[in-house]
Amino acid sequence: EARFEQAESDARAQKVFQASSVCSIQQWDSDEPIPRSELLAGVAGKHGLLCLLSERIDKEVLDAAGSNLKIISTLSVGVDHLALEEIKKRGIRVGYTPDILTDATAELSVALLLAACRRLPESAEAVKNGGWTTWKPLWMCGYGLSDSTVGIIGLGRIGQAVARRLKPFGVKKFLYTGSRPKPESAVEFQADFVPLTKLAEESDFVVVTCSLTPDTKGMCDKDFFSRMKKTSVLINTSRGAVVNQEDLYQALVSGQIAAAGLDVTTPEPLPTDHPLLSLKNCVILPHIGSATYATRSAMSVLAANNLLAGLKGESMPNELQL
Amino acid sequence: MRTLGRLRRLKTTLVPEFHSCCKLQAPNTAGKQLPRIYVTRRIPPDGMKILSQSGLCNIEQWDSDEPVPRSELLEKVAGIRGLYCLLTEKIDAEVLDAAGPSLQVVSTMSVGYDHVSLEELKKRGIRLGYTPDVLTEAVAELTVALLLATSRRLLEAVDEAKNGGWGTWKPLWMCGYGLTDSTVGILGLGRIGAAVMARLKPFGVKRFLYADTGPRPDMATKIPAEFVPLEELARHSDFIVVCCALTPETQGICGNRLFSLMKDTAIFINTSRGGVVNQEDLYQALVNGQIAAAGLDVTEPEPLPTDHPLLKLKNCVILPHIASATVATRNAMAALAASNLLAGLQGKAMGKEVPL
Repeated sequence: EARFEQAESDARAQKVFQASSVCSIQQWDSDEPIPRSELLAGVAGKHGLLCLLSERIDKEVLDAAGSNLKIISTLSVGVDHLALEEIKKRGIRVGYTPDILTDATAELSVALLLAACRRLPESAEAVKNGGWTTWKPLWMCGYGLSDSTVGIIGLGRIGQAVARRLKPFGVKKFLYTGSRPKPESAVEFQADFVPLTKLAEESDFVVVTCSLTPDTKGMCDKDFFSRMKKTSVLINTSRGAVVNQEDLYQALVSGQIAAAGLDVTTPEPLPTDHPLLSLKNCVILPHIGSATYATRSAMSVLAANNLLAGLKGESMPNELQL
Repeated sequence: MRTLGRLRRLKTTLVPEFHSCCKLQAPNTAGKQLPRIYVTRRIPPDGMKILSQSGLCNIEQWDSDEPVPRSELLEKVAGIRGLYCLLTEKIDAEVLDAAGPSLQVVSTMSVGYDHVSLEELKKRGIRLGYTPDVLTEAVAELTVALLLATSRRLLEAVDEAKNGGWGTWKPLWMCGYGLTDSTVGILGLGRIGAAVMARLKPFGVKRFLYADTGPRPDMATKIPAEFVPLEELARHSDFIVVCCALTPETQGICGNRLFSLMKDTAIFINTSRGGVVNQEDLYQALVNGQIAAAGLDVTEPEPLPTDHPLLKLKNCVILPHIASATVATRNAMAALAASNLLAGLQGKAMGKEVPL
């Protein structure tokens, strides 16, 4: 018996489960997230759990599930919502969805960068509200990528895919930072491994594509912004908590940096009265990094296959090494 | 020294008498009669510097961010040798007649010259400078920005984040169409079209097609692209990007016929000129689901009236003609247009001249 929890059913993933006849499925068949009490009640005795990043899978959930639970499959590449230590202790395996969402997420990161530096939302608004009067040489000018320095925080799969997409825009130099140098990944872009502080000081565009860990939490803070150029643009499509939002707000209103684009925030959703939403030079997207029809469908199928493999004690297409 | 002082006082007396936007550059102290030029707008500093420091011309200018009124333009061009204009000025027989036989060069701060009557210029032996190349990167960059904003529904999503439509993460909410494994069709494989192709390549595009007046092997070198008829481009493309010049042949070429052949998941992007698209046909195609979405940086007219039907559509992104709008690019355009003008005044070869 297995439980399949998903906030919204996807046709292809459903087919995978139905065809498998490996498990019986209990599901929160709604577009809205499962209430905590439902989750705790529902996991009891289950062998497998398919979850989204909106469910906090911590000690409480694992205790409620009990000793049958052997596989957790998440429909995401981020695993910061999973209590990995607790999961490892209990010998539970974890499946996740890297690679398959890299293209869509890198694409959205570049889309967000361009929207922020070329002032797309602001100018589209001017078209609607009468602000567009005529072609003017210096109206609505933004910052271009030509001859720029791009700093990538976290040169992983997504970071590399972003760099690859930015290269033909005329970027002069790539820098990157992280827990350690990755020469095999960096060579394609002739990217230099530098300390975080140097990346802040020298980049025209800072792109955050690292995972959220205790080390990266709040990494983009007052000190970081104070080192950035006044003409620079910050883009975060990793996790909200990597950025200190109060410090970012101050940096934007004081002109310490030129603009920012965020696809992830703390919390999600961001309350509609949040100060960052009032800034013309801050573009906020509702966490749509991997949101293409093809990608979400593929993620669902992968998550389903990870789960089934885990139930059968077989090797998973994408297992997280604990 | 006394001459300088006298000239300064003269300028201080005279200038307030003129229309507040009209600016005169005093002739050099030797009082030589330099050729007169008219600049139709306040232009970026790199361009102004080249003109004013050249010592080659007397400059009169509509020193404002707003376009010069037609009547003012017609009055001020009388007897000038060179005209520095923007794409907002229609340079036709009326203006050229008003200028008279002294006019020998027109320099436009744009790569498009559909606002200039080439026939009339040619008839009168007037040369035309323009600004290709220096704006190619910025325009290609904005074209890709617009394509991504359209295909990934950025503006819709920004609104949802502001108006409370953003709930929690949902697998199928706000999904768009990705470039991975797609077919991209470029209408007009010139400098900008080729630069757009180069930028789209690493997004995983599987196939590039292009339609044009003829094959462009010089452009389709680094990245292979197939030359196809327009109908085939329409049928097979997931993304169509319009980068051609506006000519009598391309006027309204993107209309009902093209949209009816396109996939209903296709995205249509135009950063060339508004006149290439039949806007009523585009509106119908979007509301009927004939195509998935459209992104326009250029419209007919500009600005587009705020009550235009296209502005009501969620799947239509409209930008206010900002493709070349970076400070560096606009300054480079201004500088090139200024150099072109000065070269024309001196009867020399221009940096960038339109062959007439």
